Amino acid sequence: MSVSQPTGTNNALSSSTDDTEHAALNISKLCFSYGSRHALEDVSICIPPGEQVMLLGANGAGKSTLFSLICGLFAADAGSININGRTLLDGAAALAPLGIVFQSQTLDLDLSVEQNLAYFCALHGIERKAARLRIEHSLQRLDLLDRRRHKVRTLNGGHRRRVEIARATLHQPSILLLDEPTVGLDIPTRTELISYIRALPETQGCAVLWATHLIDEIHDEDRVLMLHQGRVQRDGSARQLCRDAGTANLSELMHQVMHP
Amino acid sequence: MKHYLLAMAGIVKRELMRFIHQRERFIAALVRPMLWLVVFAAGFRAALGLSIIPPYQTYISYEVYIVPGLIGMIQLFNGMQSSLSMVYDQEMGSMRVLLTAPLPRWYLLLCKLVASVMVSLLQIATFLLVARLAGIDFAYQGVLQALPVMILTGIQLGSLGLLIASLVKQLENFAGVMNFVIFPMFFLSSALYPIWKMRESSDWLATLCQWNPFTHAVEAIRFAFYGQINVIALLVVIICTLAFFLTASWAYNPARRFRAGRTANA
Repeated sequence: MSVSQPTGTNNALSSSTDDTEHAALNISKLCFSYGSRHALEDVSICIPPGEQVMLLGANGAGKSTLFSLICGLFAADAGSININGRTLLDGAAALAPLGIVFQSQTLDLDLSVEQNLAYFCALHGIERKAARLRIEHSLQRLDLLDRRRHKVRTLNGGHRRRVEIARATLHQPSILLLDEPTVGLDIPTRTELISYIRALPETQGCAVLWATHLIDEIHDEDRVLMLHQGRVQRDGSARQLCRDAGTANLSELMHQVMHP
Repeated sequence: MKHYLLAMAGIVKRELMRFIHQRERFIAALVRPMLWLVVFAAGFRAALGLSIIPPYQTYISYEVYIVPGLIGMIQLFNGMQSSLSMVYDQEMGSMRVLLTAPLPRWYLLLCKLVASVMVSLLQIATFLLVARLAGIDFAYQGVLQALPVMILTGIQLGSLGLLIASLVKQLENFAGVMNFVIFPMFFLSSALYPIWKMRESSDWLATLCQWNPFTHAVEAIRFAFYGQINVIALLVVIICTLAFFLTASWAYNPARRFRAGRTANA
């Protein structure tokens, strides 16, 4: 587990060189701006293999921008991003161990569940036979096997989300980015999905960076990165952060961070 | 290398499946050139006299003359439409999944262009079939010779669309592209009338037609159907394809549009 920085203003992590070299994701002094507005400033994050980290921030905090930078859609103004020890500057191949579930819908509605997944496998160079096995296994795990030939258009929001998660894990990523995966879902579906996501580090063996603004999705023992105005304001377990700040819960702490 | 081929096959397959599932798009793509061939050509054939010009060995009817131009039209519309969606979908939708694949961006864009060309070839095949059933006496036997040229012209026009959509922010929708790109390119070309015919009425318009890359795409296709190579047209198509694609790959930047939007809102 990487070292949590003490509650404070400096967002650089004091991880050892060894930690950062073997990290599933290592972000160092990342900066990005939209014109004169700084979206991310000096953001450093280190996530070791198999760890689940909650990225907590209100809307506009910079979560989606951070994800767009990690997956190479945007290029950073300054700083570096390493995935499994490979920098994004080495080219697109560095993205191979990365799985992503975007906040917005990215499935092809006119294609079936299976066709969507097969397309993703092709993009990741997974051969047809292996792809078929992985798709079947993945759909079985997510209880979607009977819907494999259904057009995505006919699925409800919860099932679509499950398909997106199945897709993001098909290539067995070492780090999985989830950008508010439960937004817009009804309570039973959300609860079911949360427990599935929480099991991912164990079932898939991957690290998870889970962006959310829903505090009730965070458990006391979770490592939380609190993002506000493009800066990592806090990094540590939810329980520890609340204790250090003298707040009763994360909600209060978030209020404190947003209105110092 | 295997990864590259798998990705190309996957992207092409997906595009074809999408096209087949979208029946309205298929019909719309067919109706446009058929309207020109059946309705407009009937009116124009009386007004336009055509002399014997290469690659034709004899007098031909106006319907026969415009078939290569309408093939170019199918590719122009299809290329522009798919390229526009490649640019506007980058902030959301399936383009994000494509762009985060562990392959170079230029290659992913090329795959998308090739996939779009394959869709246009399906449209062209259907168009030629219907034209044949409608009794248009065209050089259908030349379709295999014309195939590599049509792949090339398809990539050329798709790359041009990608370049325009990446650079010109004002062209926010397809209607804008129709008015300012597709129609001028189509009407200022040899698709509907030979350039000598245009020169009879306006010298400078004829010169514009000669400089239009779409004219060369149409001529390359026209000659290929008759088993001939129009060297100048083919060279122009090759050079334009390379220039458009390389510039479009450089200009295609998801962050730029997103940044521009956010900066405007800030």
